[in-house]
Amino acid sequence: MTDVLMPALSPTMEEGTLAKWHVKEGDNVRSGDVIAEIETDKATMEVEAVDEGVIEAILVPEGTEEVKVNTPIARLAGGTAETDKGETSQDKAETGETSAAAPAPVAKPAADESKAGAPEKAPPETAETKSQGEGPAAVVPARTLKDPEVPAGAKLVKTTVRDALRDAMAEEMRRDEGVFLMGEEVAQYQGAYKVSRELLQEFGERRVIDTPITEYGFAGLGVGAAMAGLKPIVEFMTFNFAMQAIDHIINSAAKTLYMSGGQIKCSVVFRGPNGAAARVAAQHSQDYSSWYAHVPGLKVIAPYDAADAKGLLKAAIRDPNPVVFLEHEMLYGQEFDVPETDDWVLPIGKAKVRREGSGVTLTAHSRMVGLALAAAEELAGEGIEAEVIDLRTLRPLDHETILESVKKTNRLVSVEEGWGPMGVGAEIVARVVEHAFDWLDAPPLRVHQEDVPMPYAANLEALSLPSVEKIVKAVKQVAYK
Amino acid sequence: MARAQTARKTNNAARPAAKAAKTPGKPGPGKVGKDDLLKFYRDMLLIRRFEERAGQLYGMGLIGGFCHLYIGQEAIAVGVQSIQEEGDQVITGYRDHGHMLACGMDPREVMAELTGRIDGSSKGKGGSMHMFSTEAGFYGGHGIVGGQVPLGTGLALANKYRKNGKVAFTYFGDGAANQGQVYESFNMAELWSLPVVYVIENNQYAMGTSIERSSSETHLYKRGASFRIPGEEVDGMDVVAVRQAAAKAAAHARSGEGPYILEMKTYRYRGHSMSDPAKYRTREEVDEVRKTRDPIDHLQERLEKEGHADDAALKAIDAEVKKIVADAAEFARTSPEPPASDLYTDVYLEAAQ
Repeated sequence: MTDVLMPALSPTMEEGTLAKWHVKEGDNVRSGDVIAEIETDKATMEVEAVDEGVIEAILVPEGTEEVKVNTPIARLAGGTAETDKGETSQDKAETGETSAAAPAPVAKPAADESKAGAPEKAPPETAETKSQGEGPAAVVPARTLKDPEVPAGAKLVKTTVRDALRDAMAEEMRRDEGVFLMGEEVAQYQGAYKVSRELLQEFGERRVIDTPITEYGFAGLGVGAAMAGLKPIVEFMTFNFAMQAIDHIINSAAKTLYMSGGQIKCSVVFRGPNGAAARVAAQHSQDYSSWYAHVPGLKVIAPYDAADAKGLLKAAIRDPNPVVFLEHEMLYGQEFDVPETDDWVLPIGKAKVRREGSGVTLTAHSRMVGLALAAAEELAGEGIEAEVIDLRTLRPLDHETILESVKKTNRLVSVEEGWGPMGVGAEIVARVVEHAFDWLDAPPLRVHQEDVPMPYAANLEALSLPSVEKIVKAVKQVAYK
Repeated sequence: MARAQTARKTNNAARPAAKAAKTPGKPGPGKVGKDDLLKFYRDMLLIRRFEERAGQLYGMGLIGGFCHLYIGQEAIAVGVQSIQEEGDQVITGYRDHGHMLACGMDPREVMAELTGRIDGSSKGKGGSMHMFSTEAGFYGGHGIVGGQVPLGTGLALANKYRKNGKVAFTYFGDGAANQGQVYESFNMAELWSLPVVYVIENNQYAMGTSIERSSSETHLYKRGASFRIPGEEVDGMDVVAVRQAAAKAAAHARSGEGPYILEMKTYRYRGHSMSDPAKYRTREEVDEVRKTRDPIDHLQERLEKEGHADDAALKAIDAEVKKIVADAAEFARTSPEPPASDLYTDVYLEAAQ
């Protein structure tokens, strides 16, 4: 015998009206037959039998209002032995017909049910896992990370950022057969910005794949291939176009490890130029740093010089997690020293102090590092020694390095190319205020793009972007000079 | 409660026999014998009873959020996956419980995921719409309509990359068939001859919008035509027809000829999700399908008519299935919730240094 319970139409429903019975006592019902209609203020729904048998008793007459969820509304007899746990021995005797069916607890009284719903053993232990900005244990604390030593005697080779990225991909493709590159114009055209130059010649079209102009689709294919265990590098011609693919970057790549309880690994790198190019206006000039750095499950890297571009891209390709790798078109052609070593791999999640100073802390990433360094030079001439921190990785953010610096300089200016509201600087300021409030001698300031879409006109474009001048001005303000 | 924990994964009796029979063996792919038919009957019945029970647990407040039942569509997952080979992949949207059972996943793990418990296939972190089993070749369980289509095509890309001869069965519904990413995937799949079988489960309603009201071309098997992908309409209520069509499509994909589209004409008996009263269609329409086209009733008639099983044999299958489902429900109800310490696990994998 089975009690038919008042069902919930939604998780929030507590009671409803039993509007109509479609069966009467003595009727035979089969699994799936509509037996009643219930109503709430939001919806009407039919109740289907989940078992076969005879309606032995209707316990709640039609038209009854305020019937609590899980109240028995009818009793089903016979059929197969879906027996109630709390049944009497008499019930058991009646349901002996198909003894193969095990007694199953279908319908316990509502009060019992709510208890059964909550595990007896494990009431959530509070505060056992304390969030520290980025909580996951798998993220290695930044203080333990170190850049590798450049071997004694290793040559420093002047390399463009473009070639450093190319070398990183080529080395990793030689190292791991599962690594491949896909994107628009990456193969025959040799890369829209020539970052993938000569990769097709070395690795062939199986591993250097020209895609149609179809970001949503090929980003999804890349993620699917990563779920199958390959290690795709998905190039976006620019991150502006990745907006069409952001669903797969976030919903498919970033979340699946968690949603699968750790089963589905998604080792994929999404890379390409990010931020403002020159005179290409609003739809081709946007910094997405804060968009991706917001998302747990992603790692986000935005290097400045060629050595970091190479070492961090190699680390990104090897990383078992999805990585968003933000390059900058205006940096591709710039040359920097890159150490000539066998395997130049840098730690993800470690900022780099590019200039030491005691007067103010400047944080920046990607192209803004160059501006911050130039501003620091100018400020030095005026007696303010700025410490310039190149964030390099935005998620996980190395806030230890930032806090340590602020505790020394007592002043903070953040610089970013993106918009200010809800931005990278906003996050840095929040963390500094949370963790180093007492060390601050002035309210921190943020330098960022003006709060407008990127203008085309040369003068307005320049006005819109962060500049050395704006950084110098902000530093003087926090230094009360 | 402790019993539930220790019993995890050891209860092989509760596993559907799907895996064992996946290598079709004697009758070549597409052909069906008595044993196949009996297995189809059992597997479809398992899905139906499982889903009915899931609906009941939802009504009792044990399953939360969205819960999309597969009742009425059982012949598709069972028929298609009867030709799935070891190493082939399956991926679908959020109406996914049936595909998981047809993949051979333990009903206990699936039901415990529905109730959000530690013994669920995603340790309670995914829920009804987000379940996975790498072991069973099941790649989800995806909650964004159409999102699984490029992902499944990417699984196929990996198969081709590895030259492993495997096929990615990528399911989606008539609703998802209007998503742009489906056509981006079609284009690349055919362009690169990827081994993917697209199984469109056309159950006539995208949530509450009928196919006629949502689609300018309602014959979805034709949707691959402009990409040169062959397509076929199949009676999705006939498990044997489904299997035969799937065998042909899979052979096409496996042989390197590229993707294939199967439009399965089917019907979902229940609302879009548990909170859908389905007022956009009449009760008569639903009853008519149930009475005349039900995949399980049909197969039952055939089994009896052809003398493959008598009433007692079918009753024994019913009883076995009921027992499995009852056991899964009890397991799912008594398995503990995940510990608070699980909140921050599975966000990142540690990089090997």
